[in-house]
Amino acid sequence: MSTLASTAVELARWQFALTTLFHFIFVPLTLGLAPLLAVMQTLWHRTRDERWLRLTRFFGTLFLINFAIGVATGLVMEFQFGMNWSAFSAYVGDVFGSPLAIEGLGAFMLEATFIGLWIFGWDRLAPRVHLATIYLVWAGTWLSAYFILAANSWMQHPVGYELNSQTGRAEATDIFEILFQGFVLFAWGHAIFAGLMTGGFLVLGVACWHLRRGRNIAMFRSAAKLALIVVLPVSIVQLVWGSEFGVAVTDAQPMKIAATEALWDTEQPAGFSLFQIGGFTESDQTPSFDIEIPRLLSFLATNSFDGQVVGINELQSQAEQQYGAGNYVPDVRLVYWSMRVMAYLGTLSVLLALWGGWLLWRNKLEGAKWFQRAAVAGIALPFLSNFAGWILTEAGRQPWVAYGLLKTEDAVSGSVSAWSVGLSLGVFVSLYAALGLVDLYLMRRYARLDPPEVGGDEEGAPQPAPAY
Amino acid sequence: MTLEIFWFCVIGLLWTGYFLTEGFDFGVGMLLPVLGRSEDDRRTMFEAIGPIWDGNEVWLVIAGGATFAAFPVWYATMFSGFYLALLLILVLLIVRVLSFEWRGKAESPRWKAMWAWLNTIASIGAPVLWGIALASLLNGVPIASDQSFAGSFGDLFSAYTILAGIAVCLLFALHGAVFLMLRTLGDLRERAQRAAAGLAPLAALVGAGFLVWTLVVASDRNDKDLFPGVVPVAVAVLAALSAVLLVRAGNERWAFAATATTIVAVVVTLFVSLYPRVMVSNPGFANSLTVDNASSADYTLTVMTVIAAVLVPLILLYQAWTYHVFRARLGGDDAGSPVDLLARRTGG
Repeated sequence: MSTLASTAVELARWQFALTTLFHFIFVPLTLGLAPLLAVMQTLWHRTRDERWLRLTRFFGTLFLINFAIGVATGLVMEFQFGMNWSAFSAYVGDVFGSPLAIEGLGAFMLEATFIGLWIFGWDRLAPRVHLATIYLVWAGTWLSAYFILAANSWMQHPVGYELNSQTGRAEATDIFEILFQGFVLFAWGHAIFAGLMTGGFLVLGVACWHLRRGRNIAMFRSAAKLALIVVLPVSIVQLVWGSEFGVAVTDAQPMKIAATEALWDTEQPAGFSLFQIGGFTESDQTPSFDIEIPRLLSFLATNSFDGQVVGINELQSQAEQQYGAGNYVPDVRLVYWSMRVMAYLGTLSVLLALWGGWLLWRNKLEGAKWFQRAAVAGIALPFLSNFAGWILTEAGRQPWVAYGLLKTEDAVSGSVSAWSVGLSLGVFVSLYAALGLVDLYLMRRYARLDPPEVGGDEEGAPQPAPAY
Repeated sequence: MTLEIFWFCVIGLLWTGYFLTEGFDFGVGMLLPVLGRSEDDRRTMFEAIGPIWDGNEVWLVIAGGATFAAFPVWYATMFSGFYLALLLILVLLIVRVLSFEWRGKAESPRWKAMWAWLNTIASIGAPVLWGIALASLLNGVPIASDQSFAGSFGDLFSAYTILAGIAVCLLFALHGAVFLMLRTLGDLRERAQRAAAGLAPLAALVGAGFLVWTLVVASDRNDKDLFPGVVPVAVAVLAALSAVLLVRAGNERWAFAATATTIVAVVVTLFVSLYPRVMVSNPGFANSLTVDNASSADYTLTVMTVIAAVLVPLILLYQAWTYHVFRARLGGDDAGSPVDLLARRTGG
């Protein structure tokens, strides 16, 4: 492969990584905020307690600011497959395209149409019907995540297809297997819990900021309580779920797990490395410093404290036998640390949620200044975990783009020059940087406003948040 | 009818849906500097398309996804081949999304003016580029024998494809002006009518020129006969001419039906002229992508057919309901200030 061609692959990979991570700032927020908004509005609908209406509108504004960018960056994701990865698209489109098309028809359209009805329908729809629109938005966001993850899971673990020797392309043979394989269910649950944590910690952090300021106490106490009711169980379940997902990945992609643990040689039982210096490359396989919990990796990877975990070296030679000469080891340092960032921040999230739950139980949330500070900082936790999780799952699949079928270096568009990819990378990075800054500015601004007043009746006084 | 032909028609239908619906919201965006004299006018114009533009744009997402699933090779070659044009379209569409969501998020007049202008630029640029890109499918670009794109950005530009871009843009401007006649009251509606009356003859003339040229290109580059392509061309021209008269008569309902029919007939002309190819190769006609050599296998097409048969009617149903909910006209005297109107209505 020529230098320019491999530059094109590298640039296309950077572009995919950056645009996906940026997109995934907004996706989990909508996954988490949509159900929270639905619950808030339902509480208002049931109790007629005005503070729930004000909270719905307040957090609705934050939701909308992010929803817009999610739509825009999502379009880039779809186009990118054809633009930068046309060899991949032609090779797997028969299988991979269906979940994407179903997502558009069945989920995205639902979400986009009913969000318009929700924003503009407050005084045009009967209250029950208007309430139903936010539930449909919620359904749309969760379904959308499902189909996208079905497509991604197929790249991680291709099933329900066969290779057509005439066309040299993969063709679907079993849509149910593609849509409902175990990998999808694990990935979807993991993403939904991540979304609920992202939305929940955002509501918690914003509510605590207002509690600290000492205004609208009763209202934001309710918001913080609702957020804690969500994040406390979800963050605990997520730890367990993530670890079970790890077991599933060990079956499907043993190399990913071995690389994630920087486990070069097969061990039984295998210890879990908490922190290590060195030991990340083929020429340097033994760490110079290492803190390890005995037997824990065996348990995490196989659900048994005596389980055998196969090492990188053995898997590499197996892969060479199966697929021919080549390097089948992902970037060990990158996946080792991304897994740990994800898991440690996830644990921190549980601790924060437990702290908040205890304060709530003892009725001390309003006065707990230190917790309120921590909760504001805690808004960042799920975002960073989400990033780390995607880096782990995508970088850990390398050198494959579709595991065992197609290598990343063979998946790019042959007709697109490195210059074109570089140009579009530059354009997206600058555009997204500007978007990110404006989004952050708007989020800060709107998160710090007092929630809009509502008059005695629905046709009440103007509120300080017009959409256009 | 084979599944491949059916899916070729579905893709055509999805593009029709996109042009038909996003066409008028692009048009409203183009007319912002012309018709939006005051901040109130501009806000009314934004609000006229506010609840629906997002759903309109999803037609594009679905057209892309359906092409990916049903014609992976077409999707791969078109998207990698039209790289820079699509990059530009993406940038324009992103800017446009932001203009909708962020224009009202700060009070400064300069902030609002900036987003209104960016919306206009994006609303002109995107349809021009779509016109050029879709016309290039018929006009032909170099395709290699392995079905991959073998040309460069410049291959998209010829007198014919540029005319296509201008024609699409003008038709959308007219479609948008008529849409505003339907959706607004008072002074703004009158100005929209004047704009539509001015635009209609021009759009009809340029549109007709483009369609006739399309028949010539279809015969030259794609080996097509005059029939059946001439049928949608005739429909489009007749509909455009009736739009001219109906706009002048101030009959906005029928005028909207006429501009809608024109746009449908334009997309149908393009797809009829393309069939059985989906992307013409020039030079090297034999390398052209066809509905057969670019499609997915029958299993996938069957699955997608079942899914589309269930979901498309559902989508049409709830989108129609959305239009019904937001049927009331905006602006005028009885609505009060748009600020109050909006503030009452918004969730955010």
